[in-house]
Amino acid sequence: MPDDEQPYRPSPSPVTDEDTTNAEDSPMPSETLPTTSVTPTAAAAPVATQVADAASGASAPNVVFEARDLNVFYGAFKAVRDVNLSIHQHEITAFIGPSGCGKSTVLRCFDRMNDLIESARVEGQVLYHGVNLYDPRIDPVEVRKRVGMVFQKPNPFPKSIYDNIAFGPRISGSKENLDDVVEKALRQAALWDEVKDRLKKSAMGLSGGQQQRLCIARAIAVEPEVILMDEPCSALDPIATARIEDLMQELKSEYTILIVTHNMQQAARVSDRTAFFTTEVNPESDTRTGLLVEFDSTNTIFSAPSDDRTENYVTGRFG
Amino acid sequence: MTDLFLESEAERLLLDATTSRSRRVKNRLASIWMLGSLVVALIPLTLVIGYVLFKGAGELSLAWFTEDLPSITRKPGGGMGPAIVGTLLITAGAAILSVPLGILGAVYLHEYGGKTYTARLVRFMADVMTGVPSIVMGLFIYTVWTLQFGLEGIGGSLALACLMLPIIIRSTEEMLRLVPDELRQASYALGNRKWRTIFTVVLPASFGGITSGVMIAIARAAGETAPLVFTIGAARNLNLNLFDGPMTALSVQIFGNAQTPFDAAQARAWGAALTLVGIVFLFTILARVISARVARRHNA
Repeated sequence: MPDDEQPYRPSPSPVTDEDTTNAEDSPMPSETLPTTSVTPTAAAAPVATQVADAASGASAPNVVFEARDLNVFYGAFKAVRDVNLSIHQHEITAFIGPSGCGKSTVLRCFDRMNDLIESARVEGQVLYHGVNLYDPRIDPVEVRKRVGMVFQKPNPFPKSIYDNIAFGPRISGSKENLDDVVEKALRQAALWDEVKDRLKKSAMGLSGGQQQRLCIARAIAVEPEVILMDEPCSALDPIATARIEDLMQELKSEYTILIVTHNMQQAARVSDRTAFFTTEVNPESDTRTGLLVEFDSTNTIFSAPSDDRTENYVTGRFG
Repeated sequence: MTDLFLESEAERLLLDATTSRSRRVKNRLASIWMLGSLVVALIPLTLVIGYVLFKGAGELSLAWFTEDLPSITRKPGGGMGPAIVGTLLITAGAAILSVPLGILGAVYLHEYGGKTYTARLVRFMADVMTGVPSIVMGLFIYTVWTLQFGLEGIGGSLALACLMLPIIIRSTEEMLRLVPDELRQASYALGNRKWRTIFTVVLPASFGGITSGVMIAIARAAGETAPLVFTIGAARNLNLNLFDGPMTALSVQIFGNAQTPFDAAQARAWGAALTLVGIVFLFTILARVISARVARRHNA
């Protein structure tokens, strides 16, 4: 990989970079991916660059994560192959794709939650500000303090609302006044007004949408840099979903957000960049491996995708 | 109700299915059967408690709780003080030995061991140990402890602890299994370490269930006789030191007194039985109150 240190700042779009990398490094070059996708990206490139600049303001080193040739295995089964992408600061990056395409698996590489699955194994690199998270010297616990996570199903602890938010600061031995931390986190998560009179009541008594915002508040109380969201709205009704989406826009100024979503409209509404994943059937074993098809500004992905598979997916012809 | 008489085909099918005579009869029979089973199950329970109350209540007095055992058992008089204290001390000793070990063992089995060979072996052994007769535990402690150190309370505690340990391990493991994995994940995602996740999330979430498992083990141990007859001896006087000299316990007193042909001794056995039931009852209520309070603090 000679030229993909910073896929964004040189003028070509990341799609070009990734797909060339795929073509060079893929163990299965029989894929049609590179040939179909490389050609149209030239047209898409300026758009992507514009969006990137508009979204991030400066061209400073604003890449938070960079995945390089990321492969994830569960035992002998290859779940995801050859993912190359960069996550930019103060942006919302959405991962979309059909079920089983490995978008959650990739998401969980960014806070090393895959370590908790016994059979999971990660190859390749995930650089966090240039540091490889999968370096054996890296302590996954420290990674997770900097990279928070919100799960598909709201999972508040069976403790009081206050104790839920104070949980993270307490375990990291925060010296700040806990009351202030709790209030700040709840205000940021737009939940303060609803719960300020019942902080000592159990979090299990909140509605699903409130519980999910509580989980977001709990994650930001630790003051992470990045928040990973794994289908955070799939268990919520449309109104609660809209509130979470508004919240994401507010949080964007302080945090970098990655969101996995099944809902294409949601990705189109909230995200600055979108990565489209899909699956391919391995001819010999009849198993499915996920791969990144296209990664670009959300605008491009939904209006002028360079790959046919992306177009078919976002127009609803498949998946 | 006029609708019921509109005989469309769909209605006829629906109504037949829900109101047919055989269905109603079957439903009735099944309900009666279940209620009957409950009543039958309650009969021995109420009879035992009622009979113990009836026979034993007359023995209870202030002297019963405070005085030493009489030296002549066939005459009325004396009290059960040393046995009550003995039961409390020996069971407490057994609980101190077995509860932390059992809970930590279960934490290892469920949170760390998982499906490894060691964990499966330990789990199997715990299952086997649950079924070992208590007299075997008594004999075991008799040979490895009592023969070296003499009759003393701690021998009884050890034997009861052996009995309680597998119960605590298995019930605690079942409770840990009920803690949803999402909670552990949430804790890890906040940068919490595994041991701390166990202490701050998993154990608090399963506190109520673990407490009731522990209470079942304690109640079982408090009533055990066989492990104690080999190990604690037969003291008549109050002995507060688990580590020195013979003690006595309520279960041993029930056993000993009930074997005699004397009315006064038999009455004493009934009194001891009532006292033992009362102690177990009080502790169960106490445990319920504590776990309800903890649960309320978490889930109010």
